[in-house]
Amino acid sequence: MDQFTINLLFVGASFALYIGIAIWARAGSTSEFYAAGRGVHPVTNGMATAADWMSAASFISMAGLIAFTGYDNSTYLMGWTGGYVLLALLLAPYLRKFGKYTVSEFIGDRFYSQTARIVAVVCLIVASVTYVIGQMTGVGVAFGRFLEVDNTTGLLIGAAVVFAYAVFGGMKGVTYTQVAQYVVLIMAYTIPAIFISLQLTGNPIPALGLFGDHAASGEPLLAKLDAIVKELGFNEYTAHHGDTFNMLLFTLSLMIGTAGLPHVIMRFFTVPKVSDARWSAGWALVFIALLYLTAPAVGAMARLNISEMMWPNGGIEGGAVTLEQIENDERYDWMDTWQKTGLLGWEDKNGDGAIQYYNDGNAELQAMAAEKGWAGNELTNFNRDILVLANPEIANLPGWVIGLVAAGGLAAALSTAAGLLLAISSAVSHDLIKGAINPQISEKGELLSARIAMAVAIVVATYLGLNPPGFAAQTVALAFGLAAASIFPALMMGIFSTKVNNSGAVAGMLAGLVVTLVYIFLHKGWFFIPDTNSFSDADPLLGTIKSTSFGAVGAAVNFAVAYVVSGMTKPTPVHIQELVESVRVPRGAGAAQDH
Amino acid sequence: MAENSSNSAYWSANVRIILISLVIWALVSFGFGILLRPMLSGIAVGGTDLGFWFAQQGSIIVFLILIFNYAWRMNKLDREHGVDEE
Repeated sequence: MDQFTINLLFVGASFALYIGIAIWARAGSTSEFYAAGRGVHPVTNGMATAADWMSAASFISMAGLIAFTGYDNSTYLMGWTGGYVLLALLLAPYLRKFGKYTVSEFIGDRFYSQTARIVAVVCLIVASVTYVIGQMTGVGVAFGRFLEVDNTTGLLIGAAVVFAYAVFGGMKGVTYTQVAQYVVLIMAYTIPAIFISLQLTGNPIPALGLFGDHAASGEPLLAKLDAIVKELGFNEYTAHHGDTFNMLLFTLSLMIGTAGLPHVIMRFFTVPKVSDARWSAGWALVFIALLYLTAPAVGAMARLNISEMMWPNGGIEGGAVTLEQIENDERYDWMDTWQKTGLLGWEDKNGDGAIQYYNDGNAELQAMAAEKGWAGNELTNFNRDILVLANPEIANLPGWVIGLVAAGGLAAALSTAAGLLLAISSAVSHDLIKGAINPQISEKGELLSARIAMAVAIVVATYLGLNPPGFAAQTVALAFGLAAASIFPALMMGIFSTKVNNSGAVAGMLAGLVVTLVYIFLHKGWFFIPDTNSFSDADPLLGTIKSTSFGAVGAAVNFAVAYVVSGMTKPTPVHIQELVESVRVPRGAGAAQDH
Repeated sequence: MAENSSNSAYWSANVRIILISLVIWALVSFGFGILLRPMLSGIAVGGTDLGFWFAQQGSIIVFLILIFNYAWRMNKLDREHGVDEE
């Protein structure tokens, strides 16, 4: 059986499973569509949250970004897990106690203002659509590889599948489907990592193998990796090279953003009790940590494997891989398959029949190149987003592992895209149309408008996904910055302060969203349209703060503006102060409104 | 008003637990993982140093402990102050 058939089998079987579950648990009423009738156990909910959360960015993109940068991209690991601490301590139990379906309902009621609710909806939509763009990038990579077509075709097919999938059911269908997706994606992520860790270090647990010894040389794996990448003129893997201040801000943005994203917060509305909301956040992080503790091992080991493949005879001295090897040696088949997607490329610039892979921006290596007659780095294109999907092929793992990884990558992208589309559609139909524009809308009309909103969101995201502002995880990081700057501060102040009032919250959210959005557009192009940017992340507008790190600054602006404006306007009425007091204690959660 | 004063004791106990947890949260990630890494560079861990381990694994493990510890302590605190869900 050839690899294409195996992939098709694995992907087909996993899809049949998800769709079967979605039909079995089909959402009937509006309340089931949004919040699954509040009957989900914390462990189940944690697993579904993990699937919802771990998207194309975590599964497909993150290890690739770590692999090619090393220590400096630890930001993704700390940022995307540390946010759960904020979520569990600062938001989840109180929002569950408040007991409504959507984040904007809380903001609308707490800040006793229809305007606040609408502003929150706008913030949610902006952050979620940006997030879906990142997902579509990942979907394009996964479908492109698995159907063996170019990236654009893969993206268009993937968009159609995501849409069909998301309209199938609401949260209830999605919750149990996502448990299945979690199982598929975590197996797909860890099984190849276990194989590779065994090959390289003899340790079956990748997280331990990373800090273990490289079996072939007897040296510690990370020391070996540092030596190889240094020889090729790249930055040492474990060392810190970037700007420390930017690294801090970026980590903080990802953390705050995690606690401000609607599709994750919504999950905590679906547990039966306040105490369960606390446990749920912990369980979610347990299931997420299984992947996040494996990811740095995947990145480091893949970088080592790739470097050794390009210099197969023991470093530069032994000579580069030859074109003939790439064509005929079956260990290099992955290069041919990935070249078809347009995401991997090489060119024998000096015509010596070999492909030299090195950092041609490094002065020492430039000197060596001049001496040896190299004409620049010849591995001309290595898209970071292909690393995880290509990894089992690079390590020559059996065909079924490659098929499993294809299914896992699609599960990751689909589950998150579906969760986000659900958050967008509920924001539009429930908060915007039913809550503000037409309160008399029928249940049927509400469901219809939810689906139309999904369709529009996916068309916009697909269009922008064709020319994404970065690799999947980088685009997703921008979405986190937007959520960090707008939603999280409003939620936190709504719970921890009785003083912040309607005008303060509205002004804070608008200020946070606008400064962050403008900062991102100035660096990534207006509305992410290429070449409309005035600055670049290599030389940012403010000091060393890159556009991906600006969310933390936006959040600070939000807090400051909200406090100042609240101080200058009418204090919060007594009944709202009582509402805040009641949100703070768990007792009475069962009596929360279930409209 | 008796209930209110008990609620405010409950709330300040909660805020205290949150603050302590967040100090540890910041220490392991921003501290050990980034800012204090140079100071920890003398402690070797598998081919690199302790700061690298905290940045890539240690902080995640501490985050997990923090959340479960918070859930456990708060559920206990709820009962002590009689504000748990019956």
